[in-house]
Amino acid sequence: MRGYSFASLLGRALRGHRGWPPAWRSADPGKAYDVVVVGAGGHGLATAYYLAKNHGITNVAVLEKGWLGGGNTGRNTQVTRSNYFWPQSAAFFERSLKLYEGLSRELNFNVMLSQRGILTLAHSHHEMEALRRWANAIRINGIDSEVLTPAEIGRLVPLINLDARFPVHGGFIQRRGGISRHDAVAWGYARAASALGVSIVQQCEVTDFNIDNRRVTGVSTTRGSIAADKVCICVAGHTSVLAAKAGFRVPVTSMALQAMVSEPLKPCLDTVVISPVIHMYVSQTDRGEIVVGGGADAYNSYAQRGGIPLLEENLAALIELFPAFSRLRLMRQWAGIVDITPDTTPIMGHTPVRNLYVSGGWGTGGYKAIPAGGETMAHTVANDAPHPLIAEFGLDRFESGALIDEGAASGVAH
Amino acid sequence: MLRIPCPFCGDRDEAEFRCGGELPREIPQPGVDDDAWSDYLFNRDNPKGLVHERWCHSFGCNQWFNVVRDTVTHRIHAVYRPGEPRPALDGPCATAAKSGG
Ligand SMILES: Cc1cc2nc3c(=O)[nH]c(=O)nc-3n(C[C@H](O)[C@H](O)[C@H](O)COP(=O)(O)OP(=O)(O)OC[C@H]3O[C@@H](n4cnc5c(N)ncnc54)[C@H](O)[C@@H]3O)c2cc1C
Ligand SMILES: [Zn+2]
Repeated sequence: MRGYSFASLLGRALRGHRGWPPAWRSADPGKAYDVVVVGAGGHGLATAYYLAKNHGITNVAVLEKGWLGGGNTGRNTQVTRSNYFWPQSAAFFERSLKLYEGLSRELNFNVMLSQRGILTLAHSHHEMEALRRWANAIRINGIDSEVLTPAEIGRLVPLINLDARFPVHGGFIQRRGGISRHDAVAWGYARAASALGVSIVQQCEVTDFNIDNRRVTGVSTTRGSIAADKVCICVAGHTSVLAAKAGFRVPVTSMALQAMVSEPLKPCLDTVVISPVIHMYVSQTDRGEIVVGGGADAYNSYAQRGGIPLLEENLAALIELFPAFSRLRLMRQWAGIVDITPDTTPIMGHTPVRNLYVSGGWGTGGYKAIPAGGETMAHTVANDAPHPLIAEFGLDRFESGALIDEGAASGVAH
Repeated sequence: MLRIPCPFCGDRDEAEFRCGGELPREIPQPGVDDDAWSDYLFNRDNPKGLVHERWCHSFGCNQWFNVVRDTVTHRIHAVYRPGEPRPALDGPCATAAKSGG
């Protein structure tokens, strides 16, 4: 694999950018693999990469029914943070943020991580009390977080309207949080996995599992049958659909989560701002677009398009908090199908079928989890035992009752 | 925007309603194992296609009722009141009410 560097960029630029080799190899399906990963989103690709890199398992195929990164990984709003409440979540998401901090170097691919800070707002005295508790819990977990007064927020985000319909009472910031480039994360992992020998097969939908005596032996696909010692499901909003094919049910509801971007502007907002109560968050990309999102449309959906009532709610909240944005034109609006669990904690690890694993339930917030999700899933699949960081994220927690209720930290705050 | 035919009030906009989620399976008998309880409490069919679910007309008559809706097209195939039998959906147009948007 050719490395990307300043010298290689300059050299290609001087030759008119002709002759760049493809970043990754688009493969045809083979007959048999050690591991088949279903879904070429960030989680599937990262799992394949760490299987090859950390565990030497390179006879791996990632099967994708559409195109690489065309699911939620290419549709999300790129918020990257680790300010979770419960210690299990904090340890996992902090590991992920640490991996993000070194990811461009690790993958030799610029993922454009921008640690511009992520600011969570409170709009009442009581909410501020709850936020203070949350911010303190984060610090006790060893993660940076700082409570800010309205005056400090006004200095940090000059465009904000502190005296809005629901006035800003304060907030807290994780300065190491921010955004990164979602397509680059998908392509960076694909390129690095491909270089280690992983086959990435697009336009190949898994239609069924071949199961022998409660043990998976392979998959049926739209491009033929493929044998596999182990299979890992990484299909986000389609987790229930694939689980049903393997004969079990999961605690997942699929919903449409939408987002939208405006026309590009000169830099005017250099922080990610989130308001859990008025259900809106906003950031500005490096291209200048204002990215806005909120909660999911509140009913089951596989339609991959967002409804008008929620769009209106998001924009009303945006304009009240940032009156200057009222004159912006929206360029695009879209949705992805997110897989929401009852406690908004992911489902990772074993399934009732032997050698069949699942990484799902990522809901509205699994983009930031891609590096640690891939690393811990690869460990889990390679060793047939959960990685310590995800030992409590298994399906069995719904039987034992040991739920990890991260509603507060991941409800609307992606 | 969905247009939902409330069986008590008629067609109204989605914004007047709250979705109560997929109809649960039958409540297990006392004494069943943890597996069965956990399945009842947490697991969902979450179908891609027709789903039987509950909606409440919160900003209208405030009554709960049942909806058969397609989760891919969002088309509403039938609505029926609590206690009424599930409508048979054999033909493509076996609707007990007009479709939503
Ligand atoms: C609008 C929006 C905003 C979001 N914002 C954020 C955010 O700011 N921060 C954050 O951390 N998270 C965010 N998320 C959530 C995040 O995008 C997801 O949790 C994450 O991308 C999930 O990654 P994945 O690899 O599991 O799924 P995906 O990227 O969806 O990949 C799953 C893949 O599986 C494929 N597939 C499905 N069925 C089959 C089959 N039968 N055979 C083969 N392939 C199949 C799909 O085509 C898809 O490509 C957001 C999501 C949305 C929709
Ligand atoms: Zn009514």
